[in-house]
Amino acid sequence: MQYVISILLSGISLGGQLALIAIGYTMVYGILRLINFAHGDLFMASGLMMIYISTWAPLYLAIPLVLVLAVVLGFTIERAAYKPLRQAPRMSVMISAIGVSYLLQNTATYITGGQPMTYPSIPFLYDTVNVAGNNVKWAVLLTPVLVIVLVFALTQLINHTKIGMAMRAVAKDFETSQLMGIKINNVISMTFIIGSFLAAVGSVLYFTNYQTVVPTSGAMPGLKSFVAAVFGGIGSIPGAVIGAFLIGICESIVKGLPAAWGLSVFSDAVTFAILIIILVVKPTGLFGERATDKV
Amino acid sequence: MKKLFCLVLALSMCLSLVACGGGSSSGNGGGGAASSGAASSGAASSGGSSASTPSGSQGGSTSTPSGGSGDTIKIGVFEPLTGDSASGGNKEFLGMQYARSITPTVEVGGVTYNVELVTADNGSTTDKAPSAAADLVGKGVSLVLGSYGSGVSMAGGPIFNDAGLSAIGVSCTNPNVTAGNDYYYRICFLDDFQAHALANYVQGELGAKTAYCLGELGNEYDQGLIAFFTQYFEAAGGKVVSASFPTNNSDFTTYLNQAKSEGADVIFIPNSISYITQILTQADSLGIEIPFLGSDTADDNMVLSAVAGTNVKLYLTTFYEEGGDPDFDEGFKAFLNSDPTLMSSNGGNDIIAAVSAMGYDAYNVAIEAIKAAGSTDPAAIKAAIGGVSVDGVSGSISFEPVNGDAVRDFAFIKTADTAAGQWSLVGKTTVE
Repeated sequence: MQYVISILLSGISLGGQLALIAIGYTMVYGILRLINFAHGDLFMASGLMMIYISTWAPLYLAIPLVLVLAVVLGFTIERAAYKPLRQAPRMSVMISAIGVSYLLQNTATYITGGQPMTYPSIPFLYDTVNVAGNNVKWAVLLTPVLVIVLVFALTQLINHTKIGMAMRAVAKDFETSQLMGIKINNVISMTFIIGSFLAAVGSVLYFTNYQTVVPTSGAMPGLKSFVAAVFGGIGSIPGAVIGAFLIGICESIVKGLPAAWGLSVFSDAVTFAILIIILVVKPTGLFGERATDKV
Repeated sequence: MKKLFCLVLALSMCLSLVACGGGSSSGNGGGGAASSGAASSGAASSGGSSASTPSGSQGGSTSTPSGGSGDTIKIGVFEPLTGDSASGGNKEFLGMQYARSITPTVEVGGVTYNVELVTADNGSTTDKAPSAAADLVGKGVSLVLGSYGSGVSMAGGPIFNDAGLSAIGVSCTNPNVTAGNDYYYRICFLDDFQAHALANYVQGELGAKTAYCLGELGNEYDQGLIAFFTQYFEAAGGKVVSASFPTNNSDFTTYLNQAKSEGADVIFIPNSISYITQILTQADSLGIEIPFLGSDTADDNMVLSAVAGTNVKLYLTTFYEEGGDPDFDEGFKAFLNSDPTLMSSNGGNDIIAAVSAMGYDAYNVAIEAIKAAGSTDPAAIKAAIGGVSVDGVSGSISFEPVNGDAVRDFAFIKTADTAAGQWSLVGKTTVE
């Protein structure tokens, strides 16, 4: 029983961290119809920023600073790599996103020398607590709570504010909303700002749990979050969150199956097998419907 | 105005791409250099020259031939200077750099040659290793030292074999590095021996009955050691449970909980340094009290700093113990303290890693081989290398004739003294 609970806890915390990244994917897709491949690397970059900033700043300063810098980075990426391609075919923008992803990874390799870096231990989040005989970090327990709070805030923003209304309008029809006087560039920037902010929050929780940051740290979580976003129906925020939790728990269960079965090696394969099955059975994902408005 | 801003941003991105291509993807100069060629030829050429060493200053201090007079002999350094094993690769390279600072020249046929260390970064991955090896072949080195990590050595081995270039493995312990490759030699013990020593130790001293082995999927080093360990541990009546994690995995808590629920007495983690540190820190937060067993890769001060101040128990086998050769220790520490860049390659402190001692010995073996050959020609060096024997800091080194492996009959067993944040020697072990 204790073992089963430990597996579920691992799964829920992994799912929560993936959810925070997956929201960024799904929001950008909802508005721009762009899969922002650089999103996972932005997550890694926020991890690295935290490591470097925490060497000279106290943590209560470092955390807000990292959130701000991640937002600035996300905003800059959008302005420099995606905005000039607004009228270009969608494929060009996607290639540009892949380019930014490699640029971030290689810059990180250049700065760190490719060496694994150790993430600072954040007090409280890093402290452990005993749940049914398992020692877990507070970050693990806090992640799902934080995800729910942030998603609730986000839905309030989208449904009850002016910028949220603009976002829904742009998601529904890009050109018409432009004709109606919506400044789409501001709306798109806002999307990137929210996405980057959530990725940075996710990185704090994720790297507090798994303390090593390497330049490819963002690749796997990024890919899995993308799968989660597709799983839940890309463009739908609740879908992305539920998809992420399901994938996190699934992966933990596969890893935790008795070692004698030899199935634990397939933990990543299962994630991607889920993606294939979902795409075959329900191409729009769990919550994605062609007619509903995205975001 | 807006257009100009965009242009400047795009240009700066292009330029940083050039810098990164040169720094990270050495060896396969194709990727970075090709795209940079279009941007500006000046930047491209600077990217190319720094390709062999990721941190420019490091390369400068080693590869500068001292003085204009005399000829130069090139020794290739085939090491992971970036990636998962970068920490180990850099430390091994530091040992070579120190050895070169002591013996910067070699006399061949009455002519004094300056030794130049030419680096190629195999990036810790088996897909970059062949191109890094080919890079060294192309640069006309006389012989090669390296690599740290068996997987990359096996990937680069056939290239050296085909080129008729001998390579001296420094700390690649998998038997398949030298087996079937006439040109690959090595100065360290083998995994077969290492696993046997570990199995004996945990069963004898720790009284372990059940072992949990955790390896990276598809990593020859991890899986090879686990196979040997399983063989010896089970032969002595123990039970082994094995699991593998995929590359880039970061959640090890499930595996650790599994080890606990399987009732393991010891957890064997023969992984790359970055995985070991993650496993150990997660074990600490889970409050796992099962002792961990590491292989030669775990002997690294990054691992030590990960467990400092925790309750994690870690035992490992290694090649060299600090204090084994006081002259070397003193000289090497002074060498590290002389330059902050060297210090940071060593992980920011002057704790001596066993691989640095091995790198030092490997360089001296190479010098002896060149002397014995009396030539800078790779073929002549290959003919002479098998007969070389050196009394190194990590013990005496000579090669057995079949595979070119070192004749080694002992390993050190160390444990991490987590309270004091240093290694402490448990003993020197031999296998009958």
